[in-house]
Amino acid sequence: MAESFASLKESFVFNFIEGARWKYITNGLLVTLKVTFFALLLGIVIGVVVAMIRSSYDKTKDEMQPGPGKWAMTVLNAVARLYLTVIRGTPVVVQLLIGYFVIFVSSTNTVFVASMVFGINSGAYITEIIRGGIMSIDPGQFEAGRSIGFNYIQTMRFIIIPQAFKNVLPSLANEFIALLKETAVCGYIGLMDLTKGGDVIRGRTFSAFMPLIAVALIYLILVIFFSWLVGKLERRLRSSER
Amino acid sequence: MSADIIISVRDLQKHFNAGAVHALNGVSVDIEKSEVLVVIGPSGSGKSTFLRCLNLLERPTGGSVVFEGVDITAPRTNINLYRRRMGMVFQHFNLFPHMTVLRNLTLGPTELLKKPQAEAEGKAMQLLERVGLADRAGAYPSQLSGGQKQRIAIVRALCMEPDVMLFDEPTSALDPEMVGEVLDVMKELAKMGMTMVVVTHEMGFAREVADRVLFMDEGVIVEQGTPEEIFDRPRSERLQSFLAKVL
Ligand SMILES: Nc1ncnc2c1ncn2[C@@H]1O[C@H](COP(=O)(O)OP(=O)(O)OP(=O)(O)O)[C@@H](O)[C@H]1O
Ligand SMILES: [Mg+2]
Repeated sequence: MAESFASLKESFVFNFIEGARWKYITNGLLVTLKVTFFALLLGIVIGVVVAMIRSSYDKTKDEMQPGPGKWAMTVLNAVARLYLTVIRGTPVVVQLLIGYFVIFVSSTNTVFVASMVFGINSGAYITEIIRGGIMSIDPGQFEAGRSIGFNYIQTMRFIIIPQAFKNVLPSLANEFIALLKETAVCGYIGLMDLTKGGDVIRGRTFSAFMPLIAVALIYLILVIFFSWLVGKLERRLRSSER
Repeated sequence: MSADIIISVRDLQKHFNAGAVHALNGVSVDIEKSEVLVVIGPSGSGKSTFLRCLNLLERPTGGSVVFEGVDITAPRTNINLYRRRMGMVFQHFNLFPHMTVLRNLTLGPTELLKKPQAEAEGKAMQLLERVGLADRAGAYPSQLSGGQKQRIAIVRALCMEPDVMLFDEPTSALDPEMVGEVLDVMKELAKMGMTMVVVTHEMGFAREVADRVLFMDEGVIVEQGTPEEIFDRPRSERLQSFLAKVL
């Protein structure tokens, strides 16, 4: 027992302390958090815009007057649907490779490329979350806004989206947690995230157990921590309702 | 056209579900400035649809609504500008639950009428004072009773300084003991000369406040006249049997 503990300690020192190899882990963790955070931000922006396009089209297509407005809405809606279909119909690793080798070829900033790709990817899922949130709002809220004289966009901005957003906050937080794990494939484009950091140590020390288990533990702790936060948030939101 | 007609409705038609439901079947009426027009009729007769066609919350499938000489049903009219001038009060209040009472009242004036915040708040507080709710300015809608919510909803519409107020069964969702406080506010509005179109089942209110009563059934105006004509001397059989049920 004491012997195995000693060898664990030795392995720990060898993998992380010598050559300051722990920096691969901490720097990687930072990259992972950065990519996740920026991707979520971008995803929310895309999600809100696409959700508004989709639900406004569904709501107004029957009564819109023919003309450039209707034509523009039809095109926008078609683009939105194409986006949703393509993003949700292809693996994120493939999107990442296409993003790096085809779309953002001129960029050497892999954090930027990964944030863009994961943001565009999660935007498709966040669209559905926000759309659900919009549909959960009492139609009377929409009518009240319109009856005051707000146009469609203003009604969304001041009245519907703030309420929908509050309703979907827990789902968005869960999307953050899912993203945190999904970004582990960033190594495919040479990004030194948490997973890649552990893998680099494995390559240097030729011992797989210690670095990979450490990486897994860090993910696990982060996920447990953020899930706990979401739980707290959900309870707070529920108690603030009537 | 007479100068004091504010809304002129001509041969209004409304179909729902691709023609399956014929909610309005040729409604024509002129609404005069400062007139209190009360609309009564059985459930499903098209009262709400008529009211909601006035500010185009429902788009009529035929006919026209002319507001101060402008056909607002024409495709090119900017309906948002006309909706500002027609306040609407709903059966279920539809206050914005994520805003304080005061913000509910100032949102439209600041964002649409571009009033400075202080001016909008001053006007809102003044109106809140009149309905006896100045002390609830900082409250959220969920902290108010139904009667308070509806009075706030009326004030919210008034803050836009409309020319007409539309009411769709404003007291139907209220506990009986709260109906009076809302009707009192409406009576005061009428006294001040506000043009009002009121869909209601409160026959007492209609009799007391209305200048004219419309009786609708199956999407048409069956009978109209002064409260006395409608309630004391109903001519059509449909109105007689309706009154027999509700009075
Ligand atoms: N959005 C809608 N879609 C389909 N049918 C509708 C819609 N709104 C109203 N209708 C139908 O139109 C007719 C008139 O409805 P309306 O709501 O105007 O009646 P009402 O006189 O206001 O009735 P109530 O006293 O019950 O409020 C009814 O047959 C109703 O079912
Ligand atoms: Mg109705």
